[in-house]
Amino acid sequence: MAASYRISGAGRFSHAKVAKFSFDGRPYAGIEGDTLASALLANGVHLAGRSFKYHRPRGILSAGAEEPNALVEIRRDAARRTPNVRATVQELYDGLEAASQNRWPSLSFDVGAVNDAFSPLFSAGFYYKTFMWPKTAWKSLYEPKIRAAAGLGVAPDQPDPDHYAARFAHCEVLVLGGGAAGLAAALAAAETGVRVIVVDEQADFGGALRFEAGARIDGQDGWTWAQGVVARLKAMDNVRVLNRTTAFGYYAQNFIGLVERVSDHLAAPGRDLPRERLWQIRAKKVVLATGAIERHMVFADNDRPGIMLVSAARTYLNHYGVAVGRNVGIYTANDSAYAAALDLKKAGVNVAAIVDLRDNPSGELVDQARAANIEIHDGRAVVRVGGKLRVNSMTVQKRTGGGERTLPIDALLMSAGWTPSVHLFSQSRGKVAFNDEVKRFLPGTYAQDCVSVGACNGTDGLAASVDEAYAAGAKAAKEAGGKAAKSAKPKVEASEGWSRGMLGAAPGAGPGTTVKAFVDFQNDVTAKDIRQAVHEGMRSIEHVKRFTTNGMATDQGKTSNMHGLAIAAEELGKPIPQVGLTTFRAPYTPVTFGSIANHARGALFDPTRRTTTHGWAEKHGAVFEDVGQWKRAWYFAKAGEDMHAAVNRECVTVRKTAGLFDASTLGKIEVVGPDAATFMELMYTNPWQKLAPGRCRYGLMLREDGFIYDDGVVGRLAEDRFHVTTTTGGAARVMNQMEDYLQTEFPQLKVWLTSISEQWAVVAVQGPNSRKIIEPLVEGIDLSDEAFPHMSVREGKICGVPTRLFRMSFSGERGFEVNVPADYGEAVWEALWAEGQKHGACAYGTETMHVLRAEKGYIIVGQDTDGTVTVNDAGIDWAIGKKKADFVGMRGMMRPDLVAPGRKQLVGLKTKDPNVVLEEGAQIVADPSQPIPMKMIGHVTSSYWSENCGRSIALGLVAGGREKMGQTLYVPMPDRVIEVEVSGTVFFDEKGERLNG
Amino acid sequence: MLLIRCPYCEEERPELEFRNAGEAHVVRSANMAATSDEDFEKYFFIRSNPKGVIYERWRHIHGCARFFNAVRDTVTDKFVMTYKAGEPKPKKLPGVAK
Amino acid sequence: MAKGAVKSAPAGVERRPALAGREATGKSVKVEPLGPAERVSLRASAESVASLSRALGLTLPQKPKTSAAKGSRIALWLGPDEWLVFDEEGKDLLGDCAKAKQLHSAVGISHRNVAISVSGPAAEACVNAGCPQDLSLAAFPVGACSRTVLGKAEIILYRPAEDAFRVECWRSFSDYVFTFLSEAARDAAA
Repeated sequence: MAASYRISGAGRFSHAKVAKFSFDGRPYAGIEGDTLASALLANGVHLAGRSFKYHRPRGILSAGAEEPNALVEIRRDAARRTPNVRATVQELYDGLEAASQNRWPSLSFDVGAVNDAFSPLFSAGFYYKTFMWPKTAWKSLYEPKIRAAAGLGVAPDQPDPDHYAARFAHCEVLVLGGGAAGLAAALAAAETGVRVIVVDEQADFGGALRFEAGARIDGQDGWTWAQGVVARLKAMDNVRVLNRTTAFGYYAQNFIGLVERVSDHLAAPGRDLPRERLWQIRAKKVVLATGAIERHMVFADNDRPGIMLVSAARTYLNHYGVAVGRNVGIYTANDSAYAAALDLKKAGVNVAAIVDLRDNPSGELVDQARAANIEIHDGRAVVRVGGKLRVNSMTVQKRTGGGERTLPIDALLMSAGWTPSVHLFSQSRGKVAFNDEVKRFLPGTYAQDCVSVGACNGTDGLAASVDEAYAAGAKAAKEAGGKAAKSAKPKVEASEGWSRGMLGAAPGAGPGTTVKAFVDFQNDVTAKDIRQAVHEGMRSIEHVKRFTTNGMATDQGKTSNMHGLAIAAEELGKPIPQVGLTTFRAPYTPVTFGSIANHARGALFDPTRRTTTHGWAEKHGAVFEDVGQWKRAWYFAKAGEDMHAAVNRECVTVRKTAGLFDASTLGKIEVVGPDAATFMELMYTNPWQKLAPGRCRYGLMLREDGFIYDDGVVGRLAEDRFHVTTTTGGAARVMNQMEDYLQTEFPQLKVWLTSISEQWAVVAVQGPNSRKIIEPLVEGIDLSDEAFPHMSVREGKICGVPTRLFRMSFSGERGFEVNVPADYGEAVWEALWAEGQKHGACAYGTETMHVLRAEKGYIIVGQDTDGTVTVNDAGIDWAIGKKKADFVGMRGMMRPDLVAPGRKQLVGLKTKDPNVVLEEGAQIVADPSQPIPMKMIGHVTSSYWSENCGRSIALGLVAGGREKMGQTLYVPMPDRVIEVEVSGTVFFDEKGERLNG
Repeated sequence: MLLIRCPYCEEERPELEFRNAGEAHVVRSANMAATSDEDFEKYFFIRSNPKGVIYERWRHIHGCARFFNAVRDTVTDKFVMTYKAGEPKPKKLPGVAK
Repeated sequence: MAKGAVKSAPAGVERRPALAGREATGKSVKVEPLGPAERVSLRASAESVASLSRALGLTLPQKPKTSAAKGSRIALWLGPDEWLVFDEEGKDLLGDCAKAKQLHSAVGISHRNVAISVSGPAAEACVNAGCPQDLSLAAFPVGACSRTVLGKAEIILYRPAEDAFRVECWRSFSDYVFTFLSEAARDAAA
C-alpha cells in the first residue's frame, strides 16, 4: 500500500517492504529504510511535537541529527521507553510505536499552548527575574512548578532491561564523518595498510550525497560511488566501518567517545545484542569530515509545521522517495535551494515560487529553474506565513518593503546557507577563526593531532572536498606509519555549487519588530529575545547564551548558533569575531546513561569480593555486611534468633568455649630482604630489630603528620622475612604507603613487598577451648604454652596442607589464627568446625568480633580513630619504640597541637543505667543544662550491649578524658539526656589472664 | 583519558593504569627528629599548585607498580616528559619555551 | 567432593579452586577457568637475574612487556625488578628460587591468583571490552604480558597465542573478572 506522499520511482528503498508503525496511537505504514520522520511525511504528517517553552506546534525541520523539533518517545514495552528520540534519526521497524511529547491532552490541542499567548511574560531571562522573591518560595513553589513544566520528554520509570556493551579500540587514522570527504580520506588512509576506523551517524554512509542528486564520481552517481567505497573498505582487514555511530566527545590526546546504536533500528533485537556499544578510541591521527549543517531563515512564525530545511526536503525526496508537500514554496538566500526546486519539479511536485532574498541571482541552477518555468521572486522576503498546525500560505514582500502578495502552499523550504560543523573540532580545544569573506567560523588553530576536510573545513564544492580529503587521509596515514597509497584518487565529474547565504534575522524580523522569528527552535529563542538580552546589558556572547538559553542543552546550537551570534553582533554594533563564538560542549548529541555505564551494572557495578567460606556461611544462616568491596559474615542467626540474640550467644560462646571467625579479609604483606627489619622500623612506630623469628608484635602505623593510619599483628618468620597484617579497609593503602616510602625515600634498602592478602585464607579460632580444637589437625608444631606462647607464629601443616599458624588474640581469649593457602580455606574451616562441634564452639561474625574486642578495649582503626587521633590520644604510647631515630610520623606527632593539653582521649563510657546502649557518633557534654548550642567535649566511637559484662559498654573520645576518670558526663539525645561515667577502656578480664586461660 | 609514558615500561599507557601521587621533589629530611616546625610545615603541608608547568609524582600502580616523576602543564594537561624516581629535576624541558 | 575439586597431597583436605566448573562461550570466543598452577612473585635487582635464571631453568625477561617460557614454566616481566613465574605442572618454584645464591625475594602466591583463559578469534575484542591497552599483534604480540586493568579490577594479561589470552587476577576478584569476560564474550565478534 503506497502512502499518499510516496513518489513512485523515487528514493532508494523498495516500496514493497512495508513496515507498520503508530504515532500517538494512530496506525500508519511506511517502508523499510524509512526514518520515523520520512514515514510520517509519507503519510502527510508534519505535526510532530510541541515546543519546549511556548508549546507551539512543531514539525520536522531536518533530516538528520541536528533536528531540534521532532523529538518523540519510542516505546517498545513498559520498561523500554526512550524519550527525546529524533524522529529524523530513528529508523523505522515493523511495529514501532512512537508518541509525541510535551503536550496535554493531545498534540493538536495542547493546554500548555497558553504559554504562547502569554509569551510576553516568558521572554528571555524570565526565570531569573520573576522567581527571585520571596526567597523561601523558590524551594517550595517555584522550583517544583518550573521543574514540572520544563524539560522535554518523560524519563522512563522502570529499570532499563536492555544491556550495553563497551570496547576500547586503537587505530592510526580515525575518520569522523562518512560523506564524500570522509570516505575519500578513509580510502586513502586504508590503502596504506594502517588501521583505519571510519564512522558515520547515519544508517548509510554518503552524507550529503543522500540528497545531492547532481554529483558524479568515478563515472557513477555520487550515492552509488559512496556505497561502492564502503564495500571496498569493509572488505579490508585493517578497516573498521561503523555506521549508526555518533562521535559525541573529543577528549585529550585523540581519545574519542563513540556510541554505536546496535539494535534500536531492529523490530526484534536478539537477546544477545546490546542496545548500544560505547567505543573509546585512541587514534594517532583524526580526520574530521563532519560536513556542514544548513541554516534556516529567521522570519515570523518560521516554526510552523510544514516549514523545513531545503536539504531535508531534498533528502526526503531523493533518498526516501517522499514529497514533503504537493505545492511547495521555497525561501532562500543561496543557490542550493534551486537544485531542490528542480528535483521537486521533476518528481511532479508543484513549486509555488522561489523567494530569493538576493537581487538578480544568477548562475546555471538559476537558469535551469527559470527554464523549468519556476516562478522566482528575487530581492524579496517571506514576511508572514498562514496556518497553525500546518503552514498553508506565505506572504511575500520586497526586501525593502511595499506591496504584499500571498501564495497558497502546503510546505515551505528554507535555506540561509551552510554552517560548517566544527563541534568536534571545538571540543578538541581547537580554536576557530572567523572568515569574513564567507562569514563562517572555520577551524583555525589545532590543539590536537587532527585535520579538518571538506565542508566542515569551509571547502566548497565536491571536487575540492574530495581532493582535500584524499590528500589529508594519505598524509595522516603516512605520518602514522603507513606505506604510500596505491590506488588513484576518486575523480569528481559533476557536483553542485553551494554559494554563501546570510546570517541573522531576515527582513520583517529585524530590530524593532516583535514577531516570533525563531533562532533556536529547541530552546524557543527568538530574534527578539537575543536583542532583548543585549538591551539588558549582556555584552559577551556567553552571557547572551545563558540569558536566552540560545544554543544550550542537547541541541548545542547546531542550527541556531550563527544566527544568534549575528543578531547579537548587529545589536551590539560590533563585527562578529569581536563578539565571539560560544564553546561547543560534549556530547554532540545526547548519550544514554546505559552506554556510559555499559557493563558496570548489576553484578558488574563493582567487584564483590567473597571469602572462601562464603558458601559455608550462607548455608549456616550468616547475614553479611559490606566492608569495602568485601562481603563479611556479620552474624550467624540460628532459627528464631534476631541479630541481638545471635550476637549475645556468639559472644558468650566464644568466652565460654570457643568460636570460629573468618579473618581472611585482613590485608597481608610479606616483607622480605636483609633490610626487612630496618624498613619495618621506619614504617611502624614499634621496634622490630630485636623481635625474634617466630614471635609476633602489634604494629602501629602513622601517617607522616603523626596521626594513626593503620595497625595489625606482625609475625617475624625469619631474620629477613615478616608476615604483616593490616586492617581490611587499609590493605591497599598501607601497601601503597609502604611502596611509596620504599621506592622514593628509602630506595637503598634491600627489601621487597608482596601482597599475600589473597594467598592465605585465615580462620581465627578463639576461646578457652581453641587449642583443643586445632590440636588434632595440626602436624609439626608444638602447641604447648612453653613452645608456642601468646604472640608467636609457626609454620607447619594443618589438615595435611601448609599453614602459617599464629598464636594471637583479638578477643582477649586464648586464640589462634590459622592461615592456609586459599583454595584449602573452606575445607580447613569445615575440619575445624567439625572439631569445634565436639566442644560446643560456634561460628561468629564481625559484630561479635567487634563486641569482644571492645570488651577488651582494643581499638579499631577507622572506628575509634578518624585520621585525627594520635598514639597518645588512643592511649597506646607503649607501641612507640622510644629509642628509634626515625619512623614515619615521628616528627609529625611532635607538632605543637598534637602534644597540647586538652586533646580528645580515648576512654571507656559506662551508662549509669546499664541497660541503655549509647548511639555511636553521639556527642558528649559536661553540662546538659547549658543553652543550645552546647559545648561538645567528645563523642561516642564504639558502643555495644555486652552480654559477657551484663551491661552496655562504650568507647569514646573525650577532651582531657583520662583526667576525668569516674566523672559523670552527659549524652544529650532528642528525647532524653543519658548519664555516663568515664572509665578505663578495658571492661572484661582487666588483668588479661584469659589469654593463657 | 590521558596517555602517560611510563619511564620503566618505556611506552605510553592509558591513564586508567596510573595514580597521581602529588608534587614531586619534596625532600624528606634525613634527620626528621631535628626538623623545625617551620620546615616540617613546608615539607608536609605547603605545595606550589602552579598554573602551568608542574613537577609531580605518579605511580603506574596497575602496571609496573613503579613511582616516577612527570612534568605536566596544568593548563593544557599535556605531559612534557616523565622520568624515573630519584632522578634530578630536569634542567631543560623539551618543547617548553623559557 | 565438589565439582572441580582437586585432591591434595597425602591425606590432605580437598582443594577447591575458585571458578571451578564455570564456562562461557560467545560467538567466536571461549572463556574458561584454568587449573591451579604453582606461582611465585619474584623480586630481584639486575645483578641477581643470571643466578635466578640458572636456578629456574629459564632466562628471566628483562624487557618491559615480555615473557620467557620453558616447558611448563613461564616468567612474565611485570616491573623492572618484578616477575610473575608460574609452572602449570606444579613444579616447586620456591625450592628452585632458593637455589639462587644472589639476593632476591620469592614469595609463594599460587593461591592468590586465579587464571582465566580467553580464546578464539574474538579473544582480543573480548578483553578490550574492559582493558584499555592496544592489544593488536603489533603492540601486544604473542608472548607479551602486562599488569593492567579490566573494568574495575586489576589483571595480569599474557598472550600465549595470537587468538588466546591468559587473564590472571586475585582470587576474590575472579568472580567479577570471569563475569565481565563472559558478558564481553557475548558481545565480542572477531
